[in-house]
Amino acid sequence: MKFSEIKTHLSRFRVGIAGAGGLGSNCAVALARSGIGTLVISDFDVIEETNLNRQFYFADQIGRKKTEALKENIERIGSATRIIANQIKLNPDNIPLIYSGCDVIVEAFDRSDMKEMLIETVLTRMPGIPLVVGSGMAGWGNNESINYRMIDDYLFVCGDESTEASQDMPPMAPRVGIVANMQANVVVEILMKKQ
Amino acid sequence: MKILLNNREEYFDKESLTINELLLLKKLSFRLRIVKINGTLIQKDSYDNTYIKNDDNVQILYLMSGG
Repeated sequence: MKFSEIKTHLSRFRVGIAGAGGLGSNCAVALARSGIGTLVISDFDVIEETNLNRQFYFADQIGRKKTEALKENIERIGSATRIIANQIKLNPDNIPLIYSGCDVIVEAFDRSDMKEMLIETVLTRMPGIPLVVGSGMAGWGNNESINYRMIDDYLFVCGDESTEASQDMPPMAPRVGIVANMQANVVVEILMKKQ
Repeated sequence: MKILLNNREEYFDKESLTINELLLLKKLSFRLRIVKINGTLIQKDSYDNTYIKNDDNVQILYLMSGG
């Protein structure tokens, strides 16, 4: 299949991304370059200097809203992807509304309790929508520990499922980028199978 | 009984186990997680009264901070 045909196929779909940090920003870039039709991206945060070691932002964007800056950065790529940016803190009540109509949802939070909240909400309130989770990618090295696991038709996990981010084990561009791109790769795979 | 735990066969010399018993046995009780049995999400408040039985497909997803 030629890339132009792949792009045409992917342009019909809408992907939700929950969080615009290290996972969300890099995953969104990969999906926009692949030609996904619409990305629905939500985050409540603003860009800080400490984000620049892994997130798809620039020094002159510090202090700005992540969703707004990410929309701009992705638009500069020049793909036809439409970005719907929501400056909002996600919770069990707004998730089903914000992501209704999405063909796949990407979990891209930093905090583990938020990951848990999103997964429980999608599995219980949005059954049938595939969810791609990132879990365990702090630190550096150990490529062989980063896994991909399909739990069932609707739940997919990328990451080592064991490394917890901390002061001595910070999330860094290489491993966060690997997992973000693995998540994007799973999304593309799901959508390429979809009619 | 024999179960499938994260796609691996595991044997226990018991007829059934609650989710909390399994987590304790496998020393997995301390982490944030999602548990699915045969494709169904198990709510946290049911970990003591949901039984895992022979041939069940148990999937535990560990949630680590960082992203």
